[in-house]
Amino acid sequence: MNSRILMMEAGRVLVGTLVCALVLPFIVDVHTATLLTIYAMLALSLGFIWGFGGILCFGQAAFYGLGAYTYALAAINFNGAWAAFALAILVPAVFAGLLGALMFYGRLSDVYLAVVTLVVTLILFKFFNSTAGPTYRIGEARLGGFNGIPGFPTLTVPGDPGTYIYGAGLFYFTIALLALVYLGLRLTLLSPFGRIIVSLRENEERTELLGYDVRFYKSAAFALSGGLAGLAGCLFANWAEIVTPGLFSLGQSAEIIIWVIVGGLGTLIGPMIGAALLGYLKFVLGHQSAVDNSFIMGVLLIVVVLFLQEGLVPTVARFMKAGLRRPSSKKSRRQRRRKRAVSNAG
Amino acid sequence: MPGEVVLETNGLTVRFGGVTAVDRVDFALRERELRCLIGPNGAGKSTFFKCLTGMLQPSDGQVYLRGEPVSGLGPHRLARLGVGIKTQVPSVMNGLSVHENVWLAARRRSGDANAGTLQALEAVGIADLRRELVGQLSHGQRQLVELAIVLAAKPWLILLDEPAAGLSGEEVERMVGILRGLVEHATLIVVEHDMHFIRQIAETVTVFHQGRVIAQAPVEDVLEDPLVRDVYLGRSL
Repeated sequence: MNSRILMMEAGRVLVGTLVCALVLPFIVDVHTATLLTIYAMLALSLGFIWGFGGILCFGQAAFYGLGAYTYALAAINFNGAWAAFALAILVPAVFAGLLGALMFYGRLSDVYLAVVTLVVTLILFKFFNSTAGPTYRIGEARLGGFNGIPGFPTLTVPGDPGTYIYGAGLFYFTIALLALVYLGLRLTLLSPFGRIIVSLRENEERTELLGYDVRFYKSAAFALSGGLAGLAGCLFANWAEIVTPGLFSLGQSAEIIIWVIVGGLGTLIGPMIGAALLGYLKFVLGHQSAVDNSFIMGVLLIVVVLFLQEGLVPTVARFMKAGLRRPSSKKSRRQRRRKRAVSNAG
Repeated sequence: MPGEVVLETNGLTVRFGGVTAVDRVDFALRERELRCLIGPNGAGKSTFFKCLTGMLQPSDGQVYLRGEPVSGLGPHRLARLGVGIKTQVPSVMNGLSVHENVWLAARRRSGDANAGTLQALEAVGIADLRRELVGQLSHGQRQLVELAIVLAAKPWLILLDEPAAGLSGEEVERMVGILRGLVEHATLIVVEHDMHFIRQIAETVTVFHQGRVIAQAPVEDVLEDPLVRDVYLGRSL
């Protein structure tokens, strides 16, 4: 990969991030904008593994929840939020890598893979729900059962342990991280590793016949995706200042899949936009009680699947491309007039 | 001229439940030999191929590459040992460009992957298609893309399953030229039904029938073999 491509990608991401960072707080309050950014990160983690690796994971919420819980538990025990931050990425990544290795080296097919990831999420949900009481603790931290873990130390400014990152600071930190993750994934997809991941989606058999150990590459991509979901979970823990077993819920898992489908599978931008739009819609719908939230989400998914099968971003991109190719009406009128003149002259 | 034996199978057997697709096949191939496998549909040729590439594990028997037993190794391990296969239905990455498809194979070898890619594309005569999406190409062009993928990895043992299927007359002639060039530095096994094509490329033919090798001889002798004519070519030939 040459430095020109790198600079161009970085430039695009920087402009996009600055626009979002400046515009979003004018549309929604900073608190909500932070949550939408976290959702975008979570959707991006699934968008990468599903849209580019062709691996549909029904349990992205498992890694998200693990990231959040790891942060909370480590922050209480280590009394140092940045070590907890690193662990919140590492633990879900290792967990996803091991789970992935178990499935991919076991040659599980797509359907069974979806079932296994779903079941793992359910197990974690059930487990963390049943950890009430003083028996369930890791070091100083109690797991807290269905009440979860509140009151853990949140991130502080590096070098200044007394200054917490919250409010607008947390929003800018989150959106900067999202930009870095997006850029990192773009560059990963341009790298040999990324190309192999995409070739796996396209034709696993041929990729293997070329001498690539597909089990290893799939496990590695799964670990990367799990780590990113863990990062989103960690940021959520810092935003909410409490973690509960609800993070592992089936509803959460389904929601991530809907974000990716609506935004556009096979793109990195699509899942982020899908997550932000639907997250915002959920926020708006939360202010009314006439219609159930889940009902509207379900209807929306059906509409997208039926009428916008590629998802929002690819559909809009296609229309824009078609619009650019079509000559402007003024120009085409001029062309028609010239043709008429030529034929009359003939 | 063919050299020492580089591929050997002893009693190779593949069973699918009660069906024996490959039945105790003993097969040997010398270095830089081009051997054609023929036989009616369902004779076990493709299954035999899949055993040689690790895509299928034999129920019994062993495969030896340069004297080393390789049964039980996965396709990626055998590919790294220098085995390349072009499958019956082009196995390519439809969503990627021609260049990306071939590049993924070329980078497995040491050296400049882009140069290796271009070399393979030029060898099969599709360098001008390198920016095209493979999914948008014709069947014949995808056959050539797959062949370029195989060549880019520079294998020493090349297995080609019906390389002339779906090709136009001109493309078949080009394929004949490519295979004749390949045998200068690689060992080839070609599964084919087109006897005209086989006559142009092979000296020795192995005939499969119901999972077994029923004949192995020079092309013209095989064509005269009454058993082969009976089970495959038809009596009226």
